[in-house]
Amino acid sequence: MTTIFRPYSSSDALRSDRSAGDRFRHRQKVRQAIRENISDIISEESIIGQSRDRIIKVPIRGIKEYRFVYGDNAPGVGTGDGTSQPGQVIGQGQGQGKGQAGGPGGDQPGVDYYETDVTLEELVEIMFEDLQLPDMERKKLREVLAERTTKRKGYRRVGIHIHMDKRRTAIARIRRRVASRNAAVETEEERFPFHREDVTFRRLRQDMKPQSNAVVFCIMDTSGSMDTVKKYLARSFFFLLYQFVRARYSNVEVVFVGHHTAAKEVTEDEFFNKGESGGTYISSGYLKALEIVHARYHPTLWNIYAFHCSDGDNFPNDNDAALKSAKALCEIANLFGYGEIKPLSSSHYEDSMLQLFKSINMPNFHTMLIERKEDIWPSFKAFLAREKTES
Amino acid sequence: MGKPWAVEDLKYWDEKIREKVEEVGLSCFPQEFEVCDHEQMLGYMAYSGMPAHYPHWSYGKSYEKLKTLYDYGVSGLPYEMVINADPSLAYLMHGNSLCLQILTIAHVYGHNDFFKNNFTFRDTRPEFTISNFKVRADRVRAYSEDPSIGMDKVEEILDAAHALSYQCRRNMAIRKLSREEQEEYVLAAAQPQADPFHSIHKPAEYVPPDLTKIPLQPEEDLVLFIRDHNPYLSEWQKDLLTISHEQAQYFIPQIETKIMNEGWASYWHHYLMNSLDLPESLYMEFLVHHNQVVRPHPGSINPYYLGFKLWHEIRRSYDEPTPEEIEKYGEPDKSGSEKIFEVREVDRDVSFLRRFLTEELMREMDMFEYEKRGDDIVISQVSDEENWQRVKDTLIASTGMGSFPVIRIDDADYKQNRILYLTHAHDGRDLDFGYAEKTLAYVYQLWGREVLLETNVQGSGYVFSYGDDGFNQRRKRQ
Repeated sequence: MTTIFRPYSSSDALRSDRSAGDRFRHRQKVRQAIRENISDIISEESIIGQSRDRIIKVPIRGIKEYRFVYGDNAPGVGTGDGTSQPGQVIGQGQGQGKGQAGGPGGDQPGVDYYETDVTLEELVEIMFEDLQLPDMERKKLREVLAERTTKRKGYRRVGIHIHMDKRRTAIARIRRRVASRNAAVETEEERFPFHREDVTFRRLRQDMKPQSNAVVFCIMDTSGSMDTVKKYLARSFFFLLYQFVRARYSNVEVVFVGHHTAAKEVTEDEFFNKGESGGTYISSGYLKALEIVHARYHPTLWNIYAFHCSDGDNFPNDNDAALKSAKALCEIANLFGYGEIKPLSSSHYEDSMLQLFKSINMPNFHTMLIERKEDIWPSFKAFLAREKTES
Repeated sequence: MGKPWAVEDLKYWDEKIREKVEEVGLSCFPQEFEVCDHEQMLGYMAYSGMPAHYPHWSYGKSYEKLKTLYDYGVSGLPYEMVINADPSLAYLMHGNSLCLQILTIAHVYGHNDFFKNNFTFRDTRPEFTISNFKVRADRVRAYSEDPSIGMDKVEEILDAAHALSYQCRRNMAIRKLSREEQEEYVLAAAQPQADPFHSIHKPAEYVPPDLTKIPLQPEEDLVLFIRDHNPYLSEWQKDLLTISHEQAQYFIPQIETKIMNEGWASYWHHYLMNSLDLPESLYMEFLVHHNQVVRPHPGSINPYYLGFKLWHEIRRSYDEPTPEEIEKYGEPDKSGSEKIFEVREVDRDVSFLRRFLTEELMREMDMFEYEKRGDDIVISQVSDEENWQRVKDTLIASTGMGSFPVIRIDDADYKQNRILYLTHAHDGRDLDFGYAEKTLAYVYQLWGREVLLETNVQGSGYVFSYGDDGFNQRRKRQ
């Protein structure tokens, strides 16, 4: 009997990625699990200012390998350093201090991971996979030729001094010198100066890039009746809208408009955190948005998305004005939505703008009722369906 | 990193090691070594070392996890990986130093001998290991590629089968009775006992046992039982259940002998390396690695450490017993070396610990029992005079297959309605509730009818059920 040694072969190693298929399948399952929880996950995130590379911890259900295992009251045994005393705390929670998990498949529940890391980018991608937007049929974006960049494109003999390519110039000189060595024997000079023909310039070209601009108007009722729960729901919705718009346009701006009886443009922080008191004139928010559009975001250059969250508690005498200004906003926006936020516990069912807004018969206008967290994702899908059918 | 090495060096040292191996009486399968890099090693680890293995996403998950841990330096790679096969197959890492390779080779021969001689491995048919795994892989792939089945359906069955594959008979030494033998047994058990006071007692009434009951005696092989008793499974589904059962059967001996096996291999690599006349530089490096391997892991049990210590202790207590030991157990009847060779054949971890883990050793290793209190893990008992036995019992209860709850099928036709009635043999440890719910769903999926599970939760009886309307639980009626 002899022992066999099979030496290492790097070519084997190159093609031996045997787990690729199973890894792919596992990854698919992770994404699947994320997709199933997406409405929970997205309502956790802060709306903007998140870098796309940011890693988010996402709780995963459904990819654990379940079997019958012992629970928390199963004691374990460990070895110590000789100083162990009854009552001594040696660790926290599950996973730690668990000894001897057994052979393959003997994993304790604490070993399984509950969270996975995904980047926001990936998350948004999964979100839009779920939306099943037909990429090809996207509405033609309002594009403007905006960005001017210069690109290098070859070399030329003439140009301004600042574009001179020193390296190429020097090479050209050396080349000429080598070539002339035999021909010009009589010139035994030390110097071999640059000649006009050596000088090479970079050729630059102006590049116009089509740019698509979009602006998202987040309009929210900040009157006294909007409590934290309602704001939280609104925030989730705005986050989605922002992510959606950002996935499609290269240049996205967000404008926050808060209103009670009067409206003003605010920062994100103020938008979500600062409560005001008093009544509500919904029209004030719309008018403010219109005013900002006219001042800064001309509709021919910008794709405009607007969304308004309110609890529908409007002063009756403002209703006509609200209707009128909503129509005006519809005319210039790609998509305009109104979400009425009524958590299930709320008692204001009688005051609703939903009825009133029914009379706006515009294809790009959409109203929805959000009662709890789970409603957000379906409503958002319905909202975007509006845009899909348009154009 | 140590010296660079060539395969010739390995052969040279292997020759020397093998001489010693034969000299000390280890009896091994022929050995094959394959040199691989770390990526391949991770790949082998994810698939339990098998050159061919059927695909399933859980192995991809396992690979990702291993790779993450490795990339972040949380855990290194094992020096060695050896599979129970004839010829035995082991992997050596390309990047390891010569010293590590020699150490690994010596260690592998320890495992090899153990696989070949320990009784738990007797029925694993090592000569077919590799081809069996290959054939199973081919079958699973064929089902996945069959247009009438497809990967999703295969996965569905495998997910469920994996969840239950370790719910099976665990004692390798006891033969499973056939249906006829079970009938005989049940009939015999039903006979009234001979009563020495029959003249004054009312004769016990003979209750004829119900021989139509299925299963006649509680059944532990969940997957096999479902395979044989659910008439609605198709052949390929049954085959997948068989595959996952066979796979589990192959691994159970390794789960059952982890401490002995690792201890045995460490014991012999230590012995062999010391007898090799290694040059000093290699020897010093060896000592570093060796101490790394057999060091205690505070707060848990390192099987290498525990096993290594126990094997040494057994040998010592037979070769050089202390006067107290002679007084307690009498003069040893055999030499230490005879004893350890005997033990490596007839014991498994549970009996190994029960027989040889003494109070003194436990105290020396400062073994303690811990439990969860609130969010903290707290030491509940230490190995002092009153409690060492309890600590030992806890250790034994969680050793080997003891880490899997015992769940038996009591009745496959409960209430004459083909409801599957399972009983958890509660030993003081409750089931994890969330896991039980999900796993019960798998049983229901395979069985196709309602499934009940009787268990104990914090001291009171409960019946969990999984049926068409999902999971339910209720208190057991007394």
